[in-house]
Amino acid sequence: MGYQGHFRVWRGSDEGGGLEDFTVEVNEGEVVLDVIHRLQATQTPDLAVRWNCKAGKCGSCSAEINGKPRLLCMTRMSVFAEDETVTVTPMRTFPVIRDLVTDVSYNYKKAREIPAFKPPAGVAPGEYRMQQVDVERSQEFRKCIECFLCNNTCHVIRDHEENKESFAGPRFLMRVAELEMHPLDEADRVQEAQSQHGLGLCNITKCCTEVCPEHIKITDNALIPMKERVADRRYDPIVWLGNKLFRNKS
Amino acid sequence: MRAQIAQRTLRTDRWWLPPLATFAGLLLISIYAAVRTFMGDYYWVDEYRYLTPMYSPCLTEECLPNAAHFGRLLPELPGFLTPPVIIIPFLLGFRVTCYYYRKAYYRAAWMSPPACAVAEPHGKYTGETRFPLIAQNLHRYFFYAASLLLLINIYDAVFAFSTGIGLGNIVLLVNVGLLGAYTLSCHSCRHIAGGRLKHFSKHPVRYWTWTQISKLNAKHMQLAWASLIFVCVTDLYVALVASGTIADLRFVN
Repeated sequence: MGYQGHFRVWRGSDEGGGLEDFTVEVNEGEVVLDVIHRLQATQTPDLAVRWNCKAGKCGSCSAEINGKPRLLCMTRMSVFAEDETVTVTPMRTFPVIRDLVTDVSYNYKKAREIPAFKPPAGVAPGEYRMQQVDVERSQEFRKCIECFLCNNTCHVIRDHEENKESFAGPRFLMRVAELEMHPLDEADRVQEAQSQHGLGLCNITKCCTEVCPEHIKITDNALIPMKERVADRRYDPIVWLGNKLFRNKS
Repeated sequence: MRAQIAQRTLRTDRWWLPPLATFAGLLLISIYAAVRTFMGDYYWVDEYRYLTPMYSPCLTEECLPNAAHFGRLLPELPGFLTPPVIIIPFLLGFRVTCYYYRKAYYRAAWMSPPACAVAEPHGKYTGETRFPLIAQNLHRYFFYAASLLLLINIYDAVFAFSTGIGLGNIVLLVNVGLLGAYTLSCHSCRHIAGGRLKHFSKHPVRYWTWTQISKLNAKHMQLAWASLIFVCVTDLYVALVASGTIADLRFVN
């Protein structure tokens, strides 16, 4: 049932590298990560690949397979023809450490820039009470496994390194949306989404949604609702006037 | 330092096909709409009271008297201008600032990016942070204007039943159905209906409305194309009947 598959794997480090060709045994039911492991075991013991759960839940084995950002462990070999060359490269948006392993610390830096959940004053952990309908929008975003494929595929930073400073990426704009929609969060996150986290840079081309292995509707349910909330606050003169009058009265 | 990969993309599928098809589709429809707009004729079938949605409402002095359902309120337009130039900025504005069409033309026309994980050709990128693209935030106002025009289209479709029932009536009815579904499925509509709320539990009616609009919103792309194409089909049908090229198929009367 097995066959000899053709693989082209990027090998190298931050000093340089390139694609190398390999012929590896592929068996029925395997995923790309299985083949990468066989490559390690039989031909390239020093091939670096980050992986953990092999079940699409840890978000470690993010890479690009035939140019598409995907999880190595969730890409079945059966989707490729037996004579097809499967090209495996590291994520392009982040600095490479070695072979298929990239330095994703950009994401951790962006995570730290988002102010934490802010519950109402006087309500201690354990005393939070909320309705299911109020919290379920935020719960969709909690499915995120932090594979960072969305940030990797987002052209705002993938094609423009200079935007990394001002753009949190879809993953962390979704985190802002998660907190903004949380029924007990009291922080004002709308202005910051635009001014601090770069929401205005997003042009909603939906690649983040396309590559999400958890099928979170990042664009429709997080980014566009945040853009609409920003429009409420910044670009809607009627809302602005209402707020102005309300403030004057008070 | 990123991995050094010279190729613009390593994708092996036909990633260029969807943007190419989108570009061709939008271009064809734009050409058709422009031709019909500046034709200034064959927009009204007096016998069956069919008015093409492209000329509705017809508000200027050069409108045929019976086609001007709300009166000829505006003076004659100068030069080559025709009645639709009054309403087209609103309809075009609604489509151009629509969250789906933005994705479509950013990818297909501006190649920013042409497809996922395919490098865009531009050296600099500021997204929707500056003029003119910051004006995309005005989508909700175009939504309001398009909703008003939709009500007028519904009036036109209902008004046309006053002479009986023909294929043209069905076409006009399907047209307003698709336009209505597209307008209701708009992301701004979803936000206004309930998306902007923090506590759904305190607003059960708005929550229910939001859930229904969310179901439609999931089909926004399909509705955008279906309604756009069918507006052209409707206009073409009215034009063919109005010019005497084909006869309307009558069911009643």
